[in-house]
Amino acid sequence: MTDTRFQHRHLLGIQGLGPEEITTLLDIADGYVEQNRSVDKRKNLLRGRTVINLFYENSTRTRTSFELAGKRLGADVINMQAAGSSVQKGETLIDTAMTLNAMHLDVLVVRHPDSGAVKLLSEKVNCAVINGGDGSHEHPTQALLDALTIRRRKGQLSGLTVAICGDVLHSRVARSNIHLLNVMGAQVRLIGPRTLLPSGVERMGVEVFHDMRRGLQGVDVIMMLRIQNERMRGNFIPSIREYFHFFGLDQAKLALAKPDAVIMHPGPMNRGVEIDSDVADDVERSLIREQVEMGVAVRMACLDVLTRHLPNRDGAA
Amino acid sequence: MPNRASTGLVAYVNARLLDPATGMDAKGALLINGETIADVGPGLFQAGVPSGIEVVDCNGLCLAPGLVDMRVQVREPGEEHKETLRSAGESAVAGGVTSMVCLPNTHPVIDDVATVEFVARRARQIGLAKIYPYAAATKQLAGKELAEMGMLSEAGALAFTDGTRAIGDAKVMRRALSYAATFGLLIVQHPEEPSLVEDAVMNEGEFATRLGLAGMPAAAEAIMIARDLRLVALTGGRYHAAHLSTAEGIELIRRAKASGLPVTCDTAPPYFALNEQAVGDYRTYAKLSPPLRGETDRLAVIEGLKDGTIDAIASDHAPQDQDSKRVPFTMAEFGGTGLETLLPVTLDLVHDGVLSLVEALRLVTCAPAAILGLAAGRLKTGASADLVLFDPDRAWAIDAKATRSKSKNSPFDGRLVRGMVTRTVVDGRTVFRHEC
Repeated sequence: MTDTRFQHRHLLGIQGLGPEEITTLLDIADGYVEQNRSVDKRKNLLRGRTVINLFYENSTRTRTSFELAGKRLGADVINMQAAGSSVQKGETLIDTAMTLNAMHLDVLVVRHPDSGAVKLLSEKVNCAVINGGDGSHEHPTQALLDALTIRRRKGQLSGLTVAICGDVLHSRVARSNIHLLNVMGAQVRLIGPRTLLPSGVERMGVEVFHDMRRGLQGVDVIMMLRIQNERMRGNFIPSIREYFHFFGLDQAKLALAKPDAVIMHPGPMNRGVEIDSDVADDVERSLIREQVEMGVAVRMACLDVLTRHLPNRDGAA
Repeated sequence: MPNRASTGLVAYVNARLLDPATGMDAKGALLINGETIADVGPGLFQAGVPSGIEVVDCNGLCLAPGLVDMRVQVREPGEEHKETLRSAGESAVAGGVTSMVCLPNTHPVIDDVATVEFVARRARQIGLAKIYPYAAATKQLAGKELAEMGMLSEAGALAFTDGTRAIGDAKVMRRALSYAATFGLLIVQHPEEPSLVEDAVMNEGEFATRLGLAGMPAAAEAIMIARDLRLVALTGGRYHAAHLSTAEGIELIRRAKASGLPVTCDTAPPYFALNEQAVGDYRTYAKLSPPLRGETDRLAVIEGLKDGTIDAIASDHAPQDQDSKRVPFTMAEFGGTGLETLLPVTLDLVHDGVLSLVEALRLVTCAPAAILGLAAGRLKTGASADLVLFDPDRAWAIDAKATRSKSKNSPFDGRLVRGMVTRTVVDGRTVFRHEC
């Protein structure tokens, strides 16, 4: 079975995907949400397939989410924690690709601290590759799970105004979301201090705000980004308290968004840094828990569509 | 008679009104109601002053907005033996300065909200000149980590600077400009490439060589300004270069302004009134930072004032006690007092035919106020009644020992000047009078 609406061999980024392809993935994922909520969560679609999670950066939730997705589709899933292991120490990325090819796997999920590293690996391996986050470049499954979360709450993406707030400079989540939301017809706003907004970002189809109160006015969705602690000690911003004062999401700033605006965060959250606890835990507004649930469904959908192109048991593509 | 309570209406009549913001230079009168200017103009009280209004006869002297001095070191907290907020306030009003902006190089450094509030509170208690703080651009003025500019601005810091130190690291300067631009805030730079002036004590050149003193090249200023201007173009930050002293530095700012960059600059009286010859026989009172330059540079500063490249004149008041100056030249501290000599030395530019009186006053009133976003420096109905009354032609000799500043290290000691402050008014209260 080949789905004509998604023809790519790999999922390396959102950039380059069209609205039909994104909609296809979201529709398939929607189906898996129901399956995951039922008692029998298992399906044998990927029986006999091997999925390797190759993580060059520490990750708990993304890796677990991919592992769960693969297992629920019946695949054999192996985690290779490359961070700190021999793979990272000595072996070049190309050599790793050769090793993996010898293992005859079907899908490789890769997270790497260097932008572009996943693409390089994808050119050398025989299997399908899913980008689990590369440097500050892309994190396509995060953008897809965010889109699914929004679509299920708001009905559609088109016409919504979405504010992405915080450390855009270092964020692959922000870049993937900018691409996806633009393609799907949403209005994107970026909010942050100038030191955390990369140069030329205003030419990526977004509106830039440095005053969070102005930027949040009338938005439907607020996506908070995580800020790393080491960036808070005077390098990019002076201090945590100053950051929270001007760019932390609290009830006062939230009140400027639409009354039904929702809050998202890719996790893990820094409570009291970029987000106030009573906002993060607001059951009416916060979609942070749903995001995690959608993550598994979206990753199942990605494994599903990418394995449709692989040679099947009969040897046909 | 400081701290005299203001009462009702006071008319200043028979004055030569000078308002640089509007270009007004005309005979007229000004009415104060309480703390603010109620009316001003040539036609006011032509039919006489109604009864019940206190009258001050200006005898034809100049009545102008009180001076706004955008660069003052007050030494409090931390070095109260050199100057305090009170002694600086007394010195300021004696010089016709009604608003001054102090550098953050105190002990502790003005890099947190509490210190900003301390300065504001003390200034209010003293009730002489208004004192506004700059806050540090980087924590502890160390040039490494950004200070909390957003919160410091909300607490009342007017702009951000590392004071008498240059922000030397290009990456830090880039981030400071960029972060400040987030909130529309201004970065004020001491424009001097630090590595070129280490251990040096005066302007580099023949004169320093003859004295056997280590020199600071004029290029140190141009190099830093050139770098900063590129960072301004990169970040879109607002930038002000303090106390320009070299032809090259001024030319860079001139071209940057022509290309539309958001930059301003100031100079200080020593840089247009003196040159390196003032160091003479190792006079430590002429040891300034930046150093007094050669005559070509001095003339370039005057040219910059004339063509508008230089936006403002600040006193660059830097009080130092005897122990800091009565030492070998190499060991002496940098700096000279300036609050009480700002107006008369600036008026030299008028007497020499370089600037008109209104043009000269603009550089010390509304122009620096505009750079800092201060509502000061104008003779305008509704504005605070901060005024200076002065005789532009009265000749006198500057006597450092007679100044109100706690420190007496004036580079202008003994200089003959024309122009004397006779009365200073802050919020409608007369806070200084020269008894003649």
